[in-house]
Amino acid sequence: MADKLLEIKNLTTSFRIKDDYHAAVDNLSLTVNKNEVLAIVGESGCGKSALAFSIMGLHTRAKIDGDILYRDHNIAKMTPSELNKVRGKDIGMIFQDPLTSLNPLMQIEEQIGETLLLHNKEMSKTARQERVLDLLNKVGIPRAEYVMNQFPHELSGGMRQRVMIAMAIANKPELLIADEPTTALDVTIQSQILDLINKLKDEMNAGIVLITHDLGVVAEMADRVAVMYAGQIVEVADVKTLFANPLHPYTRSLLNSVPNSDQEQDQLHVIQGIVPSLQNLPREGCRFSARIPWVDESAHEKHPELREVDPGHQVRCTCYKHFSFPDETKEEQHVLS
Amino acid sequence: MSYLEVKDLKVHFPIKGGIFGRTVDHIKAVDGVSISLEKGKTYGLVGESGSGKSTTGRAIIGLNNITSGKVIFDGTDITNIKRTKSEATKNIQMIFQDPYSSLNPKKRVVDIISEPLRNFENLTRKEERKRVQELLELVGLSPESILKYPHEFSGGQRQRIGIARAIALKPKLIIADEPVSALDVSVQAQVLNFMKEIQKELDLTYLFISHDLGVIKHMCDDIGIMYKGRYVEEGTAEDIFLNPQHIYTKRLVAAIPDIDPNKREAKRKFREEVKTEYDQSYNDYFDEEGLAYKLQPVSETHLVALPEKG
Repeated sequence: MADKLLEIKNLTTSFRIKDDYHAAVDNLSLTVNKNEVLAIVGESGCGKSALAFSIMGLHTRAKIDGDILYRDHNIAKMTPSELNKVRGKDIGMIFQDPLTSLNPLMQIEEQIGETLLLHNKEMSKTARQERVLDLLNKVGIPRAEYVMNQFPHELSGGMRQRVMIAMAIANKPELLIADEPTTALDVTIQSQILDLINKLKDEMNAGIVLITHDLGVVAEMADRVAVMYAGQIVEVADVKTLFANPLHPYTRSLLNSVPNSDQEQDQLHVIQGIVPSLQNLPREGCRFSARIPWVDESAHEKHPELREVDPGHQVRCTCYKHFSFPDETKEEQHVLS
Repeated sequence: MSYLEVKDLKVHFPIKGGIFGRTVDHIKAVDGVSISLEKGKTYGLVGESGSGKSTTGRAIIGLNNITSGKVIFDGTDITNIKRTKSEATKNIQMIFQDPYSSLNPKKRVVDIISEPLRNFENLTRKEERKRVQELLELVGLSPESILKYPHEFSGGQRQRIGIARAIALKPKLIIADEPVSALDVSVQAQVLNFMKEIQKELDLTYLFISHDLGVIKHMCDDIGIMYKGRYVEEGTAEDIFLNPQHIYTKRLVAAIPDIDPNKREAKRKFREEVKTEYDQSYNDYFDEEGLAYKLQPVSETHLVALPEKG
């Protein structure tokens, strides 16, 4: 069943700030299988999008070390022209904000047709038109013939997002990277788009990397989940295990801070502190330790590593064994800051 | 008489056309909305983008012109009040959606928070600074940060600066327009907890505008659901979430992602059923123009937009 599609090995993506390089993605290894949705979860600033952009080779200024193996090719070592052959064809990407990622001066037909043209030079114009129409119908755009000749600003947010998806799947990619595909959308449209992505997964047997901070979306969509904090993966598990038996303190804190529609609670859990900025990222020890100060320092490892606790369930650092929420042990220790 | 009473509020925007820029038509952004809100309660206004929920909030506080209808706050008519130094403008404050764009990046925290104070109260420099420090402490920021600029704070902290500004004049009603939509879950939890805390402490009344039903359920006592400028359903949180009557509400409630991956299949099935029901009975619930009907009471607290019996 584990049919590997993408294998990331020891990937480090660093950005230059002043004269130093700081790693936004730090020595990260991950695999994506065929016909699987892998969700990557974390707060903003955890390096989720930096990871996605690295896979797509979209960082022009960053220093990328490590390997990104797609089939037998190493994307991380490709030249731009080689990359252009893979991007948009074998690997598609859905960006977060459809308004800024579509060209405002191009009609929808041209916009989607461009991707088609780049990867099949022989395709005739009529064939292209037909394919665009077909794609628009597939993503559920009503009156597709009419929409084809419209500009992005004439469409609503949900429609634009669908156009983005149509573009991403135009060349039937085997791997689809969706960076917060529904964050800007209303719930009803969100559920439609998620259904659509699910359908595409089944149809094309594709692997999907779903980047999101919405745990509801994760619960609905993912097969496996990787939780990211400060450039590292802190926990990987299949979706049912992760929600039923989360281990890492960060995962548990995240799950606890969601307003749960099933049970009444007066106070939501708050994770103390903030995600450290790139320059202030602690590079040694457990990176989450600063946000759970009540856990004794001896609970953390010096050099935390991702370890398998159950088959397929990996957790970083040993602190999870000693972790409990402050209100579980002592009452009224809610600190707001 | 309730604390805030909005009666048949209409906000129409003109569409200009032709070479003379004459008004050719109107967009009915808000078309007959009535709200009554008790003191100390939280009222949730829900809808998709473009449903007119923000326009309603802005019209109440006087940022949009009201075409017709009445807004009565604490017994006084404040319809179309100009933003002058009146009691009403002091008592109603707003928290904006985006903490990144609603704070002036060139101003220091002390200037941002003391701006409403300068408008309404004559304080000396010293008093002003003391008040700002008190406010910062109240929202959980260190009093030393008064000389910092907004970019030095995180998203959650900025939203708290926005809240500090909103409560500076000790208002009675706060209109919160998507106060947590731009924030991460952990930060969102912080802000929501905090809003609940100060509500108790300062006896505040909230009009909470959001499209996130999870947040609405967590925060609100009463809920109104808007669609295309009109109400489709209104009731207590229980009425709306456990016993939704209007097909639009049903669909909205069904679309909330479930946090339990084990229920995924069941939820998907349920959603499809609701979708089919929605498509089939669309004409029973909306008129020829696709707008909602007038609200009819189904129980004491629960109102649903249904066609008049006939």
